[in-house]
Amino acid sequence: MTITEKILARESGAKLISPGDNIWVNAGILLTHDVCGPGTIGIFHREFGKDAKVFDPEKIVILPDHYIYTADEKAHRNVDTLRAFAKEQKLPYFYDPGTSSYCGVCHVALPELGHVRPGETIFGTDSHTCTHGALGAFSTGIGNTDAGFIMGAGKLLIKVPPTLRFVLDGEMPAFLSAKDLILHIIGDIGVDGATYCAMEFTGSAISALGIDERCTICNMAVEAGAKNGIIAPDQKTLDYVKARTKKPFEPLFGDPDARVLSERRYDVSKLEPVVAKPHLPDNKALARACRDVKVDQVYIGSCTGGKLEDFVMAAKIMKGRKVAVRTLIVPATRTVEQGLVDTKIGGQSLREIFESAGVEPIAPPSCAACLGGPIDTFGRTHGKEVVVSTTNRNFIGRMGSKESQIYLASPYTAAATALTGHITDPRDI
Amino acid sequence: MPKDTLIRGPVYVLEDNIDTDLLIPACYLNLVPTIPEEYRKLGSYALAGLPDSFPKFASNADGTTPFPIVIGGRNFGCGSSREHAPIALGAAGAKAVVAESYARIFFRNSVATGEIFPLESAQRLCGEFKTGDLAEVDIEKSTITRLSDGKVFALKPVGAVAPVIAAGGMFAYAREIGMIKK
Repeated sequence: MTITEKILARESGAKLISPGDNIWVNAGILLTHDVCGPGTIGIFHREFGKDAKVFDPEKIVILPDHYIYTADEKAHRNVDTLRAFAKEQKLPYFYDPGTSSYCGVCHVALPELGHVRPGETIFGTDSHTCTHGALGAFSTGIGNTDAGFIMGAGKLLIKVPPTLRFVLDGEMPAFLSAKDLILHIIGDIGVDGATYCAMEFTGSAISALGIDERCTICNMAVEAGAKNGIIAPDQKTLDYVKARTKKPFEPLFGDPDARVLSERRYDVSKLEPVVAKPHLPDNKALARACRDVKVDQVYIGSCTGGKLEDFVMAAKIMKGRKVAVRTLIVPATRTVEQGLVDTKIGGQSLREIFESAGVEPIAPPSCAACLGGPIDTFGRTHGKEVVVSTTNRNFIGRMGSKESQIYLASPYTAAATALTGHITDPRDI
Repeated sequence: MPKDTLIRGPVYVLEDNIDTDLLIPACYLNLVPTIPEEYRKLGSYALAGLPDSFPKFASNADGTTPFPIVIGGRNFGCGSSREHAPIALGAAGAKAVVAESYARIFFRNSVATGEIFPLESAQRLCGEFKTGDLAEVDIEKSTITRLSDGKVFALKPVGAVAPVIAAGGMFAYAREIGMIKK
């Protein structure tokens, strides 16, 4: 069995499972946030009763992150709903906005907080829940109804996905990042190239990546339609997880002879920086082939591109230089925000580097403009802006305005573009 | 799940990769589907993310749609896990989507909520229908008929989720098989 099948088998109590089987799987963690949490809670109470209790308060994590810094009344009402529910159910893992426990973007906070453990299952009411496969967990996005079901029952009926394996070998060239790797893959297989499948990433280039970069790759598995993305745990994974949780866990690994649906190989040393042009993540083009695209705004943030390693990459490009266009920096979490102060390149903190480069005042952690959101959301587009963004989706209207155009890129490429005002291959800086 | 197995009315024709931001833009995700008034509002914003060149979907005065059937191409519902997407279609009064293929979470949410039938066509139908054409979907026979000339197109069998659809959604199914209490 593959690593995905091994985890699902263990959590379903079956010895052997195969792709296509429909099985009941125990939930290790149920993750929700302010956009889908209130609806999930509504379904939970409607179906299990007004006085119902969640299946296990220790296994429910609520990380509000989407609409935090807004005057929108319903957004505030929704956070109030989460707050009341956390109190009613005595949930230990509610990270309340407006308090010191607030974190920011759920997919960056969940591993930071030690809630992601190899070999476990995570279900979340957000499609980018596939991020957490980067630490060797089975992790997938679900809707409110399934989440409401898990809240009461602690398990979910799911279909075992077949695995598509991606073997990435070779040495990473300078200024190439995990974002480029996943944009290459999605560009090759298409936005429905992995529908219903597990995307398993392996090879020496994956082993060489840090945890943040591995998360970037698994984060975008859903942009190819995958159910989950997964990377087998190694020493880096174990060190990262053990530094963040005392809870015991038992990693699982795929069998060497496990059957996969297909295998694709990449020599990353031959790859170049790319962007995904509007309006789909598979609309791949070489960054150097898009030099004539003038840009109004550069956005560096989100669960895909707002982690500490992302900002280190951006700062390497921006250090000692000035931005030519409106450049927005949104650290994903409070921990990342602190990292901007604590992490230094040549004696200068990342924050100082960005501020000296002339970026907009750095925003507090949240999903912000990644998905548009309420009208007063930081960085939201309102017209025909052309944006280069380290986020994950470039659909029509994704950042707010239907008329704006979004190019997805790595932090290196986004930062290089910020300096010139047109799409720029970071190797040219 | 809607109980009618015959769905008749004008179709609304879309294309490939209809994503969840087109189905329900993120500025409306402050609405909570389990609150009846907000459920209805979500219906009035169904497909509000489409470019302005498309006719309004929820164009009835009461915020519902005159189109009970939506036709799409490949990868319908790609993107977010927002259950608001199938709910918006269902709340607008749409009964079925007929597409060549679906993104996983949208399909799952459609089945789990029972808001709409996510049906797969055996062939591409985007070019076979124009918005406003009258059609009839027969779920038992797995067909969609173009009523102007009576041409019948096959739908694929529902497959492994058939028992969940037949039961009327995830909760009804789980109760039926004794996984949760009735």
